[in-house]
Amino acid sequence: MQRLTREQMAVRVARDIPEGAYVNLGIGLPTLVANHLPRDREIFLHSENGLLGMGPAPAPGDEDYDLINAGKQPVTLLPGGAYFHHADSFAMMRGGHLDICVLGAFQVSTTGDLANWHTGAPNAIPAVGGAMDLAIGAKKTFVMMEHLTRTGESKIVERCTYPLTGIRCVSRIYTDLAVLDVTANGLKVVEIFNDLPFGELQKVTGVPLID
Amino acid sequence: MIDKISASVEAALRDVPDGATVMIGGFGGAGQPSELIDALIAQGARDLTIVNNNAGNGEVGLAALLKTGRVRKIICSFPRQVDSQVFDGLYSAGKIELELVPQGNLAERIRAAGAGIGGFFTPTGYGTDLGKGKETREIGGRMYVLESPIHADVALIKAETGDRWGNLVYRKTARNFGPIMATAARLAIASVHEIVPLGDLDPENIVTPGIFVHRLVKVPRTATGPAGFRQAA
Repeated sequence: MQRLTREQMAVRVARDIPEGAYVNLGIGLPTLVANHLPRDREIFLHSENGLLGMGPAPAPGDEDYDLINAGKQPVTLLPGGAYFHHADSFAMMRGGHLDICVLGAFQVSTTGDLANWHTGAPNAIPAVGGAMDLAIGAKKTFVMMEHLTRTGESKIVERCTYPLTGIRCVSRIYTDLAVLDVTANGLKVVEIFNDLPFGELQKVTGVPLID
Repeated sequence: MIDKISASVEAALRDVPDGATVMIGGFGGAGQPSELIDALIAQGARDLTIVNNNAGNGEVGLAALLKTGRVRKIICSFPRQVDSQVFDGLYSAGKIELELVPQGNLAERIRAAGAGIGGFFTPTGYGTDLGKGKETREIGGRMYVLESPIHADVALIKAETGDRWGNLVYRKTARNFGPIMATAARLAIASVHEIVPLGDLDPENIVTPGIFVHRLVKVPRTATGPAGFRQAA
């Protein structure tokens, strides 16, 4: 079973982001997508701490920590970009103005429930940030994650066992093995990578897939 | 003549009562009014409830305030960060109460308080642990959770430039919670790096109109430092 690398996953997600889309890329794996957006497309990146038209990281020495992304890392603003306060920023999200958000996940259920904010471990300090707003806010929520946990269990499940971030909010799942759409009939396979047979994908995923 | 300018941060923070709810602007280090927080520490108010997006970074600013043990409760969205060791220690020891709020709900609850809204239905958090026990309603085929406004006694915010009427403009993403927190507090105190004569701020570009600001104080301009993320070695 040959898996995509994290960079290859980012390339694959980037391909599905169209010209003119308003997009929020979550912290972690989704952040890599920014590096692979096709250069011939104008795409607006939103960061929930108050900017639209986010550009790449500044050159070393040019960091300005009043200009940061949601991960608190220094970024730049593209010409035409804008700053705004937090209530406006989340109005963009909750109000359905963002076209796509890409989020990492611990688990996604067959009905599109998302768990990505808390492991629920008793001594873990919970932190939610904008995860719940992002999950339900954008027109389309994409999840980007490894297909299996480190111990080989499927992260695509019948019902999430981790605390939920949002219910029925995920529209598409990109993993290192396949792309799956969440449909009314169940999870539909859009693409399988590296010639993995459907039967193999079905076996490791553990929940019913539609070929 | 109306002059909202305080001579010093000490003068600006002189009357914060014990038990106050204090909103503090900032997202990580950006927009965090460190000088006002230091003045609050020196002023000595205790039994505080703090509203901030985070729960302090490193050992300075909000983290230093938490370290004094004078914060009873924090209302925030993202306490756990690579450099939140002060909060982590207090929380693990049961010495601070945490109300965890999704970031957009936090912003909207603050906005609602400032706008005189008694509560609002939001889809965020529905069906999750953070929506548990709250009133829900189906509106237009979608499920919503009732959330309440967060009012504050005091807001401490950081802006870039102001005038003696309290009009403010901000700098880049340091704006974040400043404009909404100013509206939600009975006493809004802003630090600025520059005070200009009335009329110098372009009225088309004023972000916080002076009606929301009660005191402002000039502090030296210092570069905002990194906070809240793991830096590459």
